[in-house]
Amino acid sequence: MSAVEASGVAPERDRGGPAQPLLSVKGLVKHFGGRRDWSGQRRGMVRAVDGVDLEIFKGETLGIVGESGCGKSTTARLVMQIIRPDRGEILFDGEAVGSPALGLRDYRREVQMVFQDSYASLNPRLTVEHTVAFGPWVHGEGRQAAVARAHDLLQRVGLAPERFAGRYPHELSGGQRQRVNIARALALQPRLLILDEAVSALDKSVEAQVLNLLLDLKAEFGLTYMFISHDLNVVRFMSDRVMVMYLGKAVEVGPSDVILKSPRHPYTAALLASMPSMDPDNRTREAPLFGDPPNPIDPPPGCRFHTRCKFAAPVCSAREPGLGAEAAHRVACHLADPSSGHPGAVAA
Amino acid sequence: MAVLSDIRIDAVAPLPARASRGYWGSVLRRLMRDPVAMVAAGVILAIVLAAVFAPFVAPGDPYKGAMLRRLRPIGDALYWLGSDELGRDMLTRLIYGGRLSLFMGVLPVACAFVIGSTLGVFAGYVGGWVNMVVMRVIDVFYAFPSVLLAIALSGALGAGITNAVVSLTIVFIPPITRVAESVTTQIRTRDYVEAAQVSGAGAFTIIRVHVLGNVLGPIFVYATSLISVSMILASGLSFLGLGSKPPEPEWGLMLNTLRTAIYVQPAVAALPGAMIFITSISFNLLSDGLRSAMEVRS
Repeated sequence: MSAVEASGVAPERDRGGPAQPLLSVKGLVKHFGGRRDWSGQRRGMVRAVDGVDLEIFKGETLGIVGESGCGKSTTARLVMQIIRPDRGEILFDGEAVGSPALGLRDYRREVQMVFQDSYASLNPRLTVEHTVAFGPWVHGEGRQAAVARAHDLLQRVGLAPERFAGRYPHELSGGQRQRVNIARALALQPRLLILDEAVSALDKSVEAQVLNLLLDLKAEFGLTYMFISHDLNVVRFMSDRVMVMYLGKAVEVGPSDVILKSPRHPYTAALLASMPSMDPDNRTREAPLFGDPPNPIDPPPGCRFHTRCKFAAPVCSAREPGLGAEAAHRVACHLADPSSGHPGAVAA
Repeated sequence: MAVLSDIRIDAVAPLPARASRGYWGSVLRRLMRDPVAMVAAGVILAIVLAAVFAPFVAPGDPYKGAMLRRLRPIGDALYWLGSDELGRDMLTRLIYGGRLSLFMGVLPVACAFVIGSTLGVFAGYVGGWVNMVVMRVIDVFYAFPSVLLAIALSGALGAGITNAVVSLTIVFIPPITRVAESVTTQIRTRDYVEAAQVSGAGAFTIIRVHVLGNVLGPIFVYATSLISVSMILASGLSFLGLGSKPPEPEWGLMLNTLRTAIYVQPAVAALPGAMIFITSISFNLLSDGLRSAMEVRS
């Protein structure tokens, strides 16, 4: 928690003290589409996010990993309130989002987001400085003050304002555009930054520069990150804690060095095994996972992973494992629960 | 990790420190390089200037006839482009006729552009059932052929220039609304609109700053292509006696009154039609040029 003390975040903004999670999400559910049948029941909907709990502590980086379609981005958009959750509660520094104490507009000053597609997330008709200045201007800052702030931020993200302020997005490279996106997200002085695959579309060398920039900015502004990626190497580099998602649910949460060294969920293990190895003696000989994830319209009963899990036992298709009690490292797998009835179960 | 942290390359690519040309600046530059569009623009400019300064440009009086010099051929010593069935100078009347014809071409489209864009952008941005209601109402108008709708509305409202403008405006609102709605629907789901929402901006601010700039261009191009249609429809209304009335010089009306002379002086009788053709094709070519100038992405 030392990052908070070092950050210079104004104490009146930090309401709950360092022990209170900055963001706390409980029972988040979002189903897309579907139609109601004669009994009024919704059928055929995509269970994009199906009961996700997460906490992000002040000053940390929570990495979220999973295959495409597992609900990572939907979770980000739900937290950002771009789409409304069907159910679930979002608490920011102890206050429910949308409550009288924390309206949506105020919440959006505190939480900002960097999108994956650096081109699509910039208005092609606005210059870089106006893109960055838009947020402060909307929040009542004068036009000139907002532009001056934009210049400061552009400088801070490594784009000299005298050269870049008047440029249009199509005149910039992917890395430069993503720096503009980061500057825009920072313009409202948020405390939580959601990075939704923010570096995934960049070249490896540019990606490394942007990751370093993000680490510098985090230290300088006392930020907290929710870092979404499918790239385990990047997540390992960035994150303090990691949440692994599969088909709209969290399957494992814990400190990143623990999870990425000794995973306890078979899915996390398979993800790790699928990483290309730099060691020729330790190359991946067979595919750790077969097939595609099941259809999220009709997820399998019990544990959602049992159709692809090599440890699957009868109990796995019968009963859904919970994420377990409050602990640093939590796993939603019958294997980790001695009382589950799984023949291979062992105590942690 | 040490390897990653060591990478500190200057992120700034070598770009000259010049002021960027705005989007419209580059569109204009590309348009200037399109010879066809430039010729079309020159023709339109000439017709507009001639119409505006008609009293100074035209050789005679558009209303003054000479019963003894009716239906003179093109190339006549007195009448360069002949004379009409009442002995009025065709050149003069064609120049004066451009006033009403251009007015009838541009004004209904301009009105429909304002109303249709407002409706379409609103429906497209709000979406949901509002979009449903607006677009289905628009579809009802769409069901009629435009010529029929214009004639029916003009007939119901009564003859006259004002009513012709109103009915033509109503005819052009549905297609412009539909184009505006479809472009806005595409823009609405772009990440930068979501990012603006995340910034805490209200719907009107987002539409003004982020939607209109990306939407008005395509709608404008489409609207310019309707100017020629509007001119032709207006001429048609005049031809049927629903637009302007004699002795007013207007190309469609002139075409009507000269049709009796088609066997006597076919070349002269065809002149108003040629003017309609030249003007409308110029507007079409200019809007085509504008479209391709706007499509280029560097």
